[in-house]
Amino acid sequence: MASYLNTSANHPYIPSTDSERAEMLGVIGVDSLDDLLGDIPLEHRHPALNLAHGLSEQELSTLFGSIAAQNASPSNRYLSFLGAGAYQHYIPSTVRSILQRGEFVTAYTPYQPEAAQGTLQVGFEFQTVICQLTGMEVANAGMYDGPTAFAEACLMAARVTRRTKVGVLTSADRRLSETFFAYSKHQGIQLVEIAPDANDIPDDIACIGIQSPNFFGGIEDVERLTKLAHENGALSVVHVNPTSLGMFKAPGEYDVDIVTAEGQPFGVPMAFGGPYVGLFACKKAHIRQMPGRIIGRTTDTNGRTGYALTLQTREQHIRRERATSNICTSTQLIGLMVTVYAATLGKQGIKEVAGLCYQKAHYAASKIDKLDGYSVKSNGTFFHEFVVKCPTSPASINSALLDQKIIGGLDISDRSDNGMLVCVTETSSKDDIDRFVSALSQIVAAL
Amino acid sequence: MTITTGANEIDRRLLMDRSMAGRKAFTVPISDVPDQDLPNDELLRDDLELPEVSQLEVIRYFSVLSQRNFSIDTNFYPLGSCTMKYNPKINDELASLPGLADIHPLQPDETVQGALRLLKDLQDCLGEITALPGVSLAPLAGAQGEYAGLLVARAYHDSRGDSARTVAIVPDSAHGTNPASAAMAGLDVVTVRSNEHGNIDVQNLRELANENTAVFMLTIPSTLGLFEPNILEITKIIHDAGGLVYADGANLNALLGLVKLGDLGVDICHSNLHKTFSTPHGGGGPGSGPVMVAEELSEFLPKPVAELTDDGYVLATPKNSIGSINGFHGSFSIAARAYAYIKALGIEGLQSVSENAIIGANYIQAKLKDKYNLAADRYCMHETVLSATRQKKRGVGGLDIAKRLLDFGIHAPTMYFPLIVDEALMIEPTESESKETLDHFIAVMRQIDDEIDSSPELIHEAPHDLPVTRLDEATAARKPILRWSADE
Amino acid sequence: MYPEDLKYSKEHEWVRVNGNIAEIGITVFAQESLGDVVFVDLPAVGSEVEQFAKFGEIESVKAVSDLFSPVGGTIVEVNDSATDSPEVVNDDTYGSGWLIKVELSDTAQLDELMDATTYEGTLE
Repeated sequence: MASYLNTSANHPYIPSTDSERAEMLGVIGVDSLDDLLGDIPLEHRHPALNLAHGLSEQELSTLFGSIAAQNASPSNRYLSFLGAGAYQHYIPSTVRSILQRGEFVTAYTPYQPEAAQGTLQVGFEFQTVICQLTGMEVANAGMYDGPTAFAEACLMAARVTRRTKVGVLTSADRRLSETFFAYSKHQGIQLVEIAPDANDIPDDIACIGIQSPNFFGGIEDVERLTKLAHENGALSVVHVNPTSLGMFKAPGEYDVDIVTAEGQPFGVPMAFGGPYVGLFACKKAHIRQMPGRIIGRTTDTNGRTGYALTLQTREQHIRRERATSNICTSTQLIGLMVTVYAATLGKQGIKEVAGLCYQKAHYAASKIDKLDGYSVKSNGTFFHEFVVKCPTSPASINSALLDQKIIGGLDISDRSDNGMLVCVTETSSKDDIDRFVSALSQIVAAL
Repeated sequence: MTITTGANEIDRRLLMDRSMAGRKAFTVPISDVPDQDLPNDELLRDDLELPEVSQLEVIRYFSVLSQRNFSIDTNFYPLGSCTMKYNPKINDELASLPGLADIHPLQPDETVQGALRLLKDLQDCLGEITALPGVSLAPLAGAQGEYAGLLVARAYHDSRGDSARTVAIVPDSAHGTNPASAAMAGLDVVTVRSNEHGNIDVQNLRELANENTAVFMLTIPSTLGLFEPNILEITKIIHDAGGLVYADGANLNALLGLVKLGDLGVDICHSNLHKTFSTPHGGGGPGSGPVMVAEELSEFLPKPVAELTDDGYVLATPKNSIGSINGFHGSFSIAARAYAYIKALGIEGLQSVSENAIIGANYIQAKLKDKYNLAADRYCMHETVLSATRQKKRGVGGLDIAKRLLDFGIHAPTMYFPLIVDEALMIEPTESESKETLDHFIAVMRQIDDEIDSSPELIHEAPHDLPVTRLDEATAARKPILRWSADE
Repeated sequence: MYPEDLKYSKEHEWVRVNGNIAEIGITVFAQESLGDVVFVDLPAVGSEVEQFAKFGEIESVKAVSDLFSPVGGTIVEVNDSATDSPEVVNDDTYGSGWLIKVELSDTAQLDELMDATTYEGTLE
C-alpha cells in the first residue's frame, strides 16, 4: 500500500541514502561508521543529546512567525525614535534584490581570484565608495562593525606612532571606548579621555579619537582637533556616520589620518544589532599598518583587468602573531549591501537622504523644545540626533510612550540629566513626528 | 568598429565608468516638514563623487558580476576547513522576517521577547552540543570568538591571582588566527610540535606545560582532519599544569552528536556558525563565532547573554564579564539562521550531518590515495589532507592542481595549509554533497594526475574559461591600485 | 648563482666588502624561495645593527621574512630603489638588488661568514 505520510529517515539537506552510505563504507574498507571513529575515546562517543527532533520547513516557518510576532517593530506599527549607533533607513528594492543572488551569498572568501571576480570587483567598488564618501585615499574591504573598526583604528595609530596611549573624546559613544578597551587591555595601551573643547592634549598620545556626529548627535570641530593632534605628533581618528557625509564635509578635507564608521545606515537592516559592517579608510602612507582585507586591481596573463586580494602579508594567515589584526573577514556580504545602496542612491540620493534626516530631526527638535517641561539640550550643530531634557525620568516617559506604540529615544540619564537621545530619520513622516510630540506633551500633562 | 564576442569582450567598466550626470536609480521623497535652517556653509559638503546610473543598470551590473563567482549554489566547493555546506534558503527567508530584521538593538527587553527567546534557545542548543553550558553569542566571527575565549581564560587566571600565566601553547599545525589572537590577548606564543602521525607530540607538550601556561589552543579535529587520539591525556596535562584548554571549533562539523568537547576536558571553545551551522559565507563574512565555556567560567563571558527570568527574557551582563567586544549583541540574523538550521535538523539530523561528512571525506581519501599522498595515512574525520609531492616532482604543484579544478567547475581545495604539509590540498566535501558529486570530483582529480604526463600545459595555464586567467599578484602588491580613479 | 667574491650567512644574506663598508643583500636561494619580492622594509640611515640581528623585512605576495645583518655596524646607506621597485631584488640580486651598506664595527666578524662553496653546500 502506498504511504501518504512521511516515514523517510532522510533529511532534505543530506542526499546520501542508506545504500550509498553502505557502498562508500565498503570502498573505505570498514563495516560501519564507528570503525572510522576509533580515535574518539569510547566512553565519550555517541553522548546523549538533549535536543528536539527536527522540524519540517512548514513547522519552522510557523515557529519563526511566532517568534517574530513577539517583537515590537515598525512592521507591527510601532514608531521608533532610537538611534545611538543603529539607524532606521529605507532600504531600496535593489539592495534586497541583489542580496538574493546566491552566487554572492554562498561564495567563500575570494582566495581563488579567477573564480571570485564578482566578489572581488564588488569589493573594489566598495573601497571606491568608502574613499569617495570619506575623502580618504585608501579603504579596506570592511571590518566587523563600527566599534571594532574604531578600536582597530586606535590600535593602528599606536603602531604608527609607536605610542602607548590613546585619546578618545568624552563626547564619543561609550560603546566605542568599551570595545577599544576589550581590544587593547592586554597590549599595554591605555585610554585617555579628552574633552572636545580641549586646547592642549598630552604629548605622548597616539591619536585623538573623535566621533562626529558625536554620541549626542553634535558635529565636532574635526578641523581644529586634527590640527591639535598633528601638533602633538598624534594622529586624528574620526568615527563618522556615513549618512551625515551626504551633507557635511568629508574628514579627508580636514587632513584626518584614519576614518571609521558603522556601515549599517547604508542599506543594512537593523536586525537587532547585526551583522553590520565596519568602514575603515586611511591615508595611503599608513596602508601597511591597516588591518583587514584589501582588494587590488591587476591584470591577468592575457593583459585583461582583474581583481585580487593584495597586501596580504599584513594579515594573520601569513604574519601570524605579528599580524596587524586577527581579523579574517571583510563582512563582504554587508559590504555588498552598502555598495548597492550607494550605487542606487547615487550622488544625488545620498545628499537628499542626509538632507531629509536633517530637516526632520530639526523639525522634531524645534517642536519638542516648545513643549512644557522639555528642552532640547544639544547646542551647536546636530545632524539627526539630539538630546531632550525630560521633565521626569526618561524611563517612565518611555514606558508611557510604549503604551501608545511608540518606542521613545534612548534613556541616557547616566550621561545627561534626565536625558533622552532622540533620533529622527527620513523614515519618520511629519505625522509620525507630530504623534510623538503630542504623546510627549500628554505624558507631561498627566504628571 | 567591429563588435566581437567571447570572454575577452565582457564589459569590465566600473560603476563610475558607467556614470552619466543626471541619471538616477532612486527617488528620495520630498520633505513634508517646514524648511529648517541649514548649518554654516563652512561645515557643508560641496561635492560628493558617487555614481549616477539608472535602476536597471544597478541590477544588471551586480547581477552580471554575481555570475563571475563560484558559489555553493552553483558549484561543488570542497574548500577544507571552511565547511562549504548547503545554506538552506528558508534560513535567509526567516531571518529577514519583519519583526526580526527591523528591530533596533537598543529596544527595551519587553519589546523584543521573541528575539531574546531565540537567542536563549540557541545558547542552550550550543551549550548542549558542546557540553559547555556557558554561552555568549556576542562574537562576530570565529577570530573574535577565539579572542573572547582567550580573554575569558585570562580573566579566570587573574581572578585567582594567578596572573603569571602569560603563555599560549599552540600546535604547529594551527591556523594563523590562533597565534594572532593570542598575541592580541597579550599572550606569548609557544609552539608544540606535531608527530609523524599528525598528532600532538605529547612528550613535547609535557615539557612545555608549566606554571606559565595560560591556555592550550587545540583545533579539534586538527587542521589535518584528524581526531587527536590522546585528547584525554592532553587535557589532563594542561589541567595538571593549571592551564585551560581552548578548542578551536572550526571543525565542529565532524563532531555533532558523536562527541562533546566539554566531555573531553575542553574548558572553552568557539563555533563558527557560518561553517557547522550553515549560515552563508557571503563571499567573506558576515560570520558569527559564539564562545562556549564550562560552568565555572561563565561569569567571565563577553556581554550580553540572554537569560530567562521571572520577568521574561532579558539581556544580561555576566558577573565578571570581560565586557563588550563589539557594538551590540552579535550577529543576530546569523544566529537566527543557525537556530533555524538546528531546529530543522534536530537530534537525529545533526548526528547524521557529521556521520555523512566523515564518510564522504574518507571515501574521497580511499579513492585518491593511490594517486596522491596523504598527509597522514589513517582514517580522517570530515576532511582529508592530500600532499601533492608526487605531482610536484613531475612538475605540477598544489596551486596548479587547484587552478585546473576550476576548469571543471569545481572550486579548489584549501591550498598550502596546514603549513606542516608540503603541497597540501585540504578537501572537505561536507554532508551536503551526493555520491555522484564526490565520484565526479574523484574522477577529475585522477584525470588531472594523468594530465601531468599527457598535457602538462593544460594544467600550467589553467584556468582557461573563466573571466580571467591567472593574475599578476606581484604587481598588485608592488603598485597597489585600490580604488577607481578618474585619470585611468 | 653564488659569486666567489662574496661572503654568505646561514640566514641567506650576502656581503660584499669594500674597505670597511659591507654591502648586503639576500642570496638567489632566498630570493627564489620567496618568489616575487613586493616589499622591502629597511632601517634608517645612521642606525646601528648588531651582527646577526634583524634589520628589516622582505615580503613576497604570500610570505614575509626577517632580514638579518651578517655583520654589525652603522648603516650608512639603504637602497631606495629596492624600496621603490622591489623587483630589482629578483632581477639583479647581487647588483642593483642590494639592500643596505654597513660601516663595519669589527672586520673580524667576517670570519664567521661562509665562502660561496661552503654556503652552497648548506643548501643541499
